[in-house]
Formats: sequence, C-alpha cells, structure tokens
Amino acid sequence: MYDVIVIGAGVTGSAIARELSKYERNVAVIEKASDICEGTSKANSGIVHAGYDAVPGTLKAKLNVAGNEKMESLSKELDFPFRRNGSLVLMFEEEDRPALEALYERGLTNGVKDLRILTPEEVRKIEPGVTKQVAGALYAPTGGIVCPFGLNIALAENACDNGVSFFLDTEVLGIEKKRDEQGTYYRICTGSRKNGETIFESRVVINAAGVYADYIHNMVSEKKMTITPRKGEYCLLDKTEGKLIKSTVFQLPSKMGKGILVTPTVHGNLLVGPTAQDIDDKEGVNTTALGLETVMSKASRSVETLSGKKIITSFAGLRPHEDGGDFIIEEVTDASGFIDAAGIDSPGLSCVPVIGEYVADIVNKISPAPRKKNFIATRKGVPSMAEATERERQALIAENPAFGQVICRCEMVTEGEILNAIHRTLGATTLDGIKRRTRAGMGRCQAGFCAPKTVEILARELGVDMEQITKAGGNSGFLDGTNKEVQS
Amino acid sequence: MTDGQNVQVDVAIIGGGPAGLAAALGAKKRGADNILIIERDNELGGILNQCIHNGFGLHTFKEELTGPEYAARFIEEVKKEKIPYLLNTIVVDVDAEGKILTLMSRERGLFKIRAKAVVLAMGCRERSRGALNIPGYRPAGIYSAGTAQRYVNMEGRMPGREVVILGSGDIGLIMARRMTLEGAKVKLVAEIMPYCGGLKRNIVQCLEDYGIPLRLSHTVVDIHGKERLKGVTLTRVDEHSKPIPGTEEYIPCDTLLLSCGLIPENELSSGMGVELSSITGGPVVNESLETNLEGVFACGNVLHVHDLVDYVSEEAAKAGENAAEYVERQIRETSRGIPVCGEKGVRYTVPSYLRPEYMDDPQVIRFRVGSNYQNVSVVVYVNDICVIKIKKRTMAPGEMEQIKLKKSDLEKVCECNKVQNIRICIEEQ
Repeated sequence: MYDVIVIGAGVTGSAIARELSKYERNVAVIEKASDICEGTSKANSGIVHAGYDAVPGTLKAKLNVAGNEKMESLSKELDFPFRRNGSLVLMFEEEDRPALEALYERGLTNGVKDLRILTPEEVRKIEPGVTKQVAGALYAPTGGIVCPFGLNIALAENACDNGVSFFLDTEVLGIEKKRDEQGTYYRICTGSRKNGETIFESRVVINAAGVYADYIHNMVSEKKMTITPRKGEYCLLDKTEGKLIKSTVFQLPSKMGKGILVTPTVHGNLLVGPTAQDIDDKEGVNTTALGLETVMSKASRSVETLSGKKIITSFAGLRPHEDGGDFIIEEVTDASGFIDAAGIDSPGLSCVPVIGEYVADIVNKISPAPRKKNFIATRKGVPSMAEATERERQALIAENPAFGQVICRCEMVTEGEILNAIHRTLGATTLDGIKRRTRAGMGRCQAGFCAPKTVEILARELGVDMEQITKAGGNSGFLDGTNKEVQS
Repeated sequence: MTDGQNVQVDVAIIGGGPAGLAAALGAKKRGADNILIIERDNELGGILNQCIHNGFGLHTFKEELTGPEYAARFIEEVKKEKIPYLLNTIVVDVDAEGKILTLMSRERGLFKIRAKAVVLAMGCRERSRGALNIPGYRPAGIYSAGTAQRYVNMEGRMPGREVVILGSGDIGLIMARRMTLEGAKVKLVAEIMPYCGGLKRNIVQCLEDYGIPLRLSHTVVDIHGKERLKGVTLTRVDEHSKPIPGTEEYIPCDTLLLSCGLIPENELSSGMGVELSSITGGPVVNESLETNLEGVFACGNVLHVHDLVDYVSEEAAKAGENAAEYVERQIRETSRGIPVCGEKGVRYTVPSYLRPEYMDDPQVIRFRVGSNYQNVSVVVYVNDICVIKIKKRTMAPGEMEQIKLKKSDLEKVCECNKVQNIRICIEEQ
C-alpha cells in the first residue's frame, strides 16, 4: 500500500511528486508512456506567462503569477534552462486598444509586476524585428521562456532521488474504490507491455493524467468530467532565426482570431505557433498542411522576416482543456482521497512551481505527514558541451574523454552527455529520451547523422540489440532484421 | 589550452572525405609541406565509405569503382605522401582573423592549431522531413536516404520492409535498388518535380531494371502511424508543385526514405564570416575557389552539391593547389574580380567571381540548369559579347555542367582588365 500514487509523469505529475517527496511518505508515480515527459508536457510553447491572461479570481490567475515568480529560483535549484525574456502582446488596429487596456487592467488585478502599454516606437525599440503594422503593445518584462523537457525531467529526477518510485510503461486500466478499517483506499489495476498486469494500492490518488484525466476521473466519480484535447500545431525554426526577436511576441486576440505567438526558445531556436483546434483523438498529435500554413502566415503579421525555408521541424501538442476553462485541482467530492489535477492547459507550465505545493496542501489536510529531514533540494542536469565555456569543456573531457567525442554535430552533443543521460536517475532508454535530455538530434539535420550512432550507444549501454531500441517506446523501433532476410 | 597551442600548419583541411583528401593531395603537389586533414569520423573517406555501389571514378580512373575503392585510392596516396590527419576530431570553431582552429577529440581534448590557409571540405547533409515540412504524425520509420544507406551498408541492418521513397535524388535511386536487393519491397519513388532529380543512368539501373515505378509530379502530403510508420498519402501536384485535391492515394508502408536534396554544411563557415550563396548554400568563391576571407578556400559538396565524385576530386585538387600557392605567395588581393553570373536557365555558377590574372587557362566554370532542356546552346557572354556557344542535345537539373573559358576568350572582347562581366545563359538553337 502506497501513501500516495500520482497518475501521470508529465510536468504536473512530476511537480506534485517532487513536492510530496519533501515529506515522509511512500509515493509512486505511474506513467503509461515509456518515458517521463511524453504527453502534453513535451509539445507546448515553453512559455512562462506573466499572468495577465487569466480571468481574475480563477485558480489559473492565482497560480500563474506565483508560479512565474518562483520559476527562476526553481531553475537554479534543479538546473534547467529558464530565461526571463519579457513578453509583448502586439496590437495591430487602433480599434483594439480597449482590449489591450482591458488586458493591462486584468494584469494589474492579477498582481503582474511592471506591466506597461507601449507606443509603436517603444515596441520597435525593444523589438526592431516586428512588422510595421504594429500599433502598440502590452509589455510584461516578467514573461519568460523555459525548456519544457528540462523542467519536467528535472522535477521527476529530483522526486526520484528523494525516494519516489516511478513506474513507466504502466497504463492504468481500472480503479476500484475500496474500504478497510482505516477508511477509503484505491486499487489501481495497470497493464504494461513488459510486465503485464500489476495492482497498486494507495490511500491517496492524484490524477495528473493530462488529456486522459477525464478517463481516470470517471473511473471513480459519478460527477463526470470531459477533457477535450485542443490541438496546437507549431513550427520550429533554425537557430539562425533565433535572434529575429528576443521577447515572446503574442498577438492581441481580435476579430481575426486568437493569434499566434513567436518566441525564441531557451536554446536559441525560434518557435512559432500554436493553432487551437478541438479534436476527439487523445493521441491526435499529427500536424496538418492547413495548420502549419496558418501558423506561418498568421505569425508573419508579427515578425517581419519569417521564412518557411528556415523551418527545421514541426509538431503538434494537445492541451487538456476542461469545459469550465479553469484548472481543476481539488479532492473529488464523491471520492475521498482522490485528487484531480486536471484541465491543466495554458498557463499550466507557468504554474508548475506552485502546483506541487497546492496539491501537497490538499494531501496534507487529508493525511498529514512529517517533513523529511534529508530532502535533497537540488539536482544537476546533463552537462552541455555546447553551452560550456572552454575551461568547463576541458574539465568535462578530463573527467571523461567521451565528452570530447561529438555525436550530434548540429547541436554539438558528445558521447559523454549521451552516456550521462542514459545512466542518470530515470535515464533515457529511447532516442526521443536522449533527444529531450541532451538535444542530440534536435538540430537542423534532425538526427540524420547522429541517430544511427545514438541507437548504437543506447544498445551498447542498455545491453540490448540495436533492434530493441525505439524512438519512443512501444512499436516505434528503427530497425527490422538484417540484410538478405526476406520476410514473408 | 593543451599542447597544441603552438602547432602551426600551412594548410588545414577541414574534412577527410573525397574533397578533403583531394585537396590535401593538391596542396602537396603544389609544394605545401605542412598539411593537416581534420576528420570528425573514425576513418577517412567520408560518405564514400557507405556508398558500396559502383560507378565511381569513370572520369578519374577510367574504370568503375565502388565508393570505398575510390576513397581508398586517395587515402593510400595521402598515406604515401605522409600527409598527417586527425580522426575523431571535430573543428569546434575557426577564428578567421588569425586562422586559429579550435579542435576537440576524445584523445586530445580541446586544442588549437594555427593555419596559414584553410580549406573547407565539410560536405553536405540531407534535407530532413522537418525541413520539407511534411504534415502528419511523427512515427519511427522515416529516414533520410543516406541514414538508411548507413544502416544497410555499414551496420548490415534493415530500416524496414515496405518502402516508399520521396524524392528522386541519386541517393534515393541508389537506395531503391539497394533495399530491393536486400529483400525489401520498394513500392515507388515519388518526385514532386516533373523530372527526375538524379542521374539518367541511375533511373535506368536502379529503378527501371527492378520495375520500381517513378511517379513524377507526385508528393507525400500526410504521414500515418503513431508509433511506427503505417502508410503515406500520395498526391499528384500541379505545375506550381501544389497538391491537386482528389488525387490522394493511400500507400501502406513501414518505411519512408527521403531523398529531397542536399544542403552544404556551412555552419562553421558562416560562423567564421564566410559569405554564402543563397542559391547553392555554399560559399561565394572566386576562380581560385577562395572565399571572401583571404586564405580560406572551399571545395566539394560544401561549396555546391556535385553529381559525380570525380568532379569533387578535380575541384578539390584545385582548391588544395591554390591554398598551397596562397601560403607560398601570400597573395593579398583587394579586388573581388569580375562577376560571373548564371542567367536564363543557369541557376548558379562556381566561381562567382573571376580575376583574369589568377585564372587557369582554360578556367573551368561549373553550373547547373533549373529545368530540363533539349537542343539548346550554352552561351557565354563577355561584356555582353558572345564568346562561346556550345550546342547541347539535352540538359537536366540533376547533372552538373561545365564550360571551359580561355584567356583568349576574354581577349577576343577587350583587354582582360577591362572585362566588366561574364554571363552564362541557355538559349534556343
């Protein structure tokens, strides 16, 4: 029997697990994918919103500003990339000024610091790359950008280092509400491609299942929930374009629609997106010709010299949207000890530094536990040769010569970094896992050169044949037999 | 910095593939003594090592060699000439001003060398699915043709069994045959253009001989399969390469190979301040294959994508010779030279500038055309006066062309120092 089980090892589940690991408790995280950070958390804008968007009084409003403030210290504790680059909401028509002012007022109510409305000249002073159509902007210096993988992985690793058990490739098939002399507990039946069926039991269950949160919630509650996957398509541009702008540039929602953002990423690429389309398929992360076209054409309203020729990849993510529009973070009324952390769509990522505490408070009310004395508050990420100074590079190579062997040339990722990613806490077992931990394969050749080498290293280090190595678990292998084999 | 700080070479060659090897030998032949080849992989030969098909060397050696055999001829020569080379060593950056190269390897860590001349010979990469921006899911099973070639030829592994190939570049055509020979079913090769991107001989020997259909004016518009590829949607395209609605066709497959163009790998070059051509993606060079940075030369696929390795070797040998000559003479040249332009069907020329006082006689000018032509003439104008007219029965974008310009061709028009421009065009006969 666990004290707490968290369903989902996305950024929300991992943040909750890390916070719970500060207490003397037996905590497990169950994740259906073969790695952490495989759902919504891996495909989003990577924006730390300032907090002017959320409707005052909502949970989103409350957690966003607080989360934004705490992101910087968290990034230092857990060593993931974060930058406070500021954000601009661009206005293109004078008639939209009341909407811009309303946004400003809303930001003030939510407690966003240093908000200003800028003249077109002031906008261009900050961002010379914006188009001539820009008629003004709301400027939020506190807006930031984060590496969404870095954040998710850091939280999960640190939770694991503090004693939380992670069960990957473990899908929840059913949950039974049970009672014994101590009260209600839950019996969770799971299936795994590797280990078959396993039963988990816990007094407290936290539902952080992203787009599947309704499916999990509805297993225990009569008050049904609906999470709609809202698809967002993105284009990622070459690092040569990363300096077109330095802030995150939004468009003021207008009669032209919600608008598309353009932002540098913490790694120096330029990200453009997302669209917003409600779909039925909770795995529907396919991009569409129309979506990608829309992204680029709408974004060219903001930034002057965007070029489709500089796209190095495109992707789609699914926001877990709940009809009420706000986060649902509460104990389910007809299932005591069962806590939803559902509907965590934008600005969910920004709220991550405080979502854990918020949920931990609920858990502590249900079943208090003493604080751990030996909690490890910090964690070191995978070293980055590309970002290191010459002196740091030399030190890494001196420690392990594999740091001198470049595997991914586009992003300058070495064998040393890949080995580190494989052998660390909750280490990578897939090519995508390596990619998210080291950036190998994220550059302009998109793993054309390095994939065979990375697959070889993974196979060697994990002691399996290359054919066993997958892109992202399941049936996503790269190789199918050897030469001269004729298959029927 | 470790020991390498004071290492000084005359000619540093970045890349130990066909271009780098030939450049080293060219520099040696021209008298350079202190040459260093820097190779990031664990052996010399570059991409030739995975090109185990034959057809290499017809021009250079008058016989058909495989890629590794062709490379071996140059590697043996490099070894015989005792030209030093470093393996598993990457050039992290180049300070163009002082020509100081920062290198890194497992064995030696980070170290620096100083060079009097630098030859860029880093080759090219393949256009990825992302750069093509093909919509759909992102499953495993999508490879660039070269990556698949590496799996099959270097590792003995099959990337899949039911194959669709998008793009009719030479590597795609070669891989259509290769995958077939290794037991896979290649369903078709789709090409968005109305003509094939590769060499005629490859269409015959790699597709027609194996009954593999080539679907011109077709492209992939959707990718299916969440974990491993399950199929692609193929459509016909119109004359603007736009998909024609209603022509969609679902092709089940577990593997999609992409052979949709090669991109010179010039991240290092642009970091140094080398000016790049927006058409070739390679450095803008003069007749000596020297970039806008004095003493920095470029050759092979990093300069512009070649069709035959023989021409890479020929061009690279010249770059090596010129680098050696530069070291010896320390040419200081302020003028860029006369602009050489491709017009009317000629997409680009290499070189882009020509200084008559340094030109070879005759000087080779290489170029590619933008579409298929029949019964046309290649016409060279000097100061708008026609000096060369060569009849061509056929010309195709997949094939690199060249003309030889003699000093006397310039002198037909005026004194060499009065030449204002050189233009190369395709004209109806």
